[in-house]
Amino acid sequence: MMARGTILPGFTLSLGICLAVLALVVLLPLAGVFLHAAGLGWAGFCRVAFAPRALAAYGLSFSGALLAAVINAVAGLVVAWVLVRTTFPGRRLLDALVDLPFALPTAVAGIALSTLYGPHGLLGAPLLRLGVAVAYTRLGVVAAMTFIGLPFVVRTVQPVLQDLGTEPEEAAASLGAGRWQVAVRVVLPLILPALLTGATLAFARALGEYGAVIFIAGNVPGVSEIAPLLIATRVEQFDIAGATAIAAVMLTGAFLLLLAVNMAQLWQRRRREGV
Amino acid sequence: MAPSRRSPWPRRLLIVLAVIILTLFLLLPLLTVFAAALSRGVAAYGRALADPEALSAIGLTLTVAALVLPLNLLFGVAAAWAVAKFDFPGKSLVVTLIDLPFSVSPVISGLIFLLLFGLQGWLGPWLAARDLQVMFALPGMVLVTLFVTLPFVARELIPLMEEQGTEEEEAALMLGAPGWRIFWRVTLPNVRWGLLTGVLLCNARAMGEFGAVSMVSGHILGLTMTLPQQVERFYNDYNTVGAFALASLLALLGLLTLVAKSLLEKRHPTPGV
Repeated sequence: MMARGTILPGFTLSLGICLAVLALVVLLPLAGVFLHAAGLGWAGFCRVAFAPRALAAYGLSFSGALLAAVINAVAGLVVAWVLVRTTFPGRRLLDALVDLPFALPTAVAGIALSTLYGPHGLLGAPLLRLGVAVAYTRLGVVAAMTFIGLPFVVRTVQPVLQDLGTEPEEAAASLGAGRWQVAVRVVLPLILPALLTGATLAFARALGEYGAVIFIAGNVPGVSEIAPLLIATRVEQFDIAGATAIAAVMLTGAFLLLLAVNMAQLWQRRRREGV
Repeated sequence: MAPSRRSPWPRRLLIVLAVIILTLFLLLPLLTVFAAALSRGVAAYGRALADPEALSAIGLTLTVAALVLPLNLLFGVAAAWAVAKFDFPGKSLVVTLIDLPFSVSPVISGLIFLLLFGLQGWLGPWLAARDLQVMFALPGMVLVTLFVTLPFVARELIPLMEEQGTEEEEAALMLGAPGWRIFWRVTLPNVRWGLLTGVLLCNARAMGEFGAVSMVSGHILGLTMTLPQQVERFYNDYNTVGAFALASLLALLGLLTLVAKSLLEKRHPTPGV
């Protein structure tokens, strides 16, 4: 392999270190999942990967992550818009707060959410009196997934909104468009790709999340058990084959979804440029 | 500039909505950590932190981070130098691979090392025959932590080094500086703040990683329990103050990292994202 366009030294050494670490720490271990899964044979793989308990876990993980991504898309859009377009005391502090789920270790987030939304928690107790149980239910799973996904949407939409400036909105308004019309017909289409990217990142993160979710989820098999937890449980029972099969399904599912969204975005961009 | 002729109320409503969202979703969970840690008073908080299990967890977490950071630094700098300063076929594939650990579930990150080094794994029997303990011991925990933190330094450095181009380094080369001196004297001073941000983020994640480490640690009390795992153990044992006291340390670490990151970014804005 040859480097082009520069005379600087160190190409072989730096690329060598980079590739060696990637191969040893990332590629080799990841390939192991699929080789192990292949070792089960097709029938054996399907029996453990698509058992009723596993199917319920995929269902909860994918639907919970999807719901959390939708909530995050709406809430994140509101937060991003307010942080970019308005000024009020404390705005900077709120802006810094957005990154909190990135910085707070997941186990800490998990026990905090579980206490906050628990039957005696600050939010859990009033909600329970209204008849809404959050902790130890599927709703708790969605709450935790929403917590960890919010920064992805805000941080993806924020710079796009900033670059956009207020000109398109002002132009539309000066042409007589109402406030609602400006928001839906002018601003939304312009930031839609960023919003979609942010929601996809939030979805992917929520799908694999473990620490933030397991404390607040009830972890009842078939009801409130997420797929990553099922993998951990299988390993604890020394059922490595079962864990590997479920992991292979999760990796493939996440990869296909990300691929689909990337292709949809590419197609949308091409279509817009073609017009 | 602002559309002042129109009613200010929708704007105010959105501000209130955003404040409510951030308070409910983010601020309250954070405050819960400190409120629960101090719920039995400062003395109980202090006692919880002085617990021998807590102290050994703190020690192990510091050890893991101290071992992971230099390895990560070496990889991040090498990867950024190769990717940002040179053009080669398959570059986008390498960049994708660098980012890959971020999109793998922590549990799966732990599992893949179990498959490689566990007793039922490829290298397991070979290691066992030589009495080398990788899983359920420090080497395994360092390996999975390295995996989950691998992208941090490289991701921070690549856009910075790309933006700076290669002219300065080429000029130094023309003047006869050897490769290492070019790196230390020209490249490193240009990217040092980005490097620091990457190291801080990497450190926060290395100390806070839970899912991946818990797959390979074996949960041996006083031996392989890192801070986040000890938090889980105390919490599941209904030792609320103990769990939240340790959690408050991790939360403080996260807050300090956020403050440092925003200070560094304000002073030295990163190009791109």
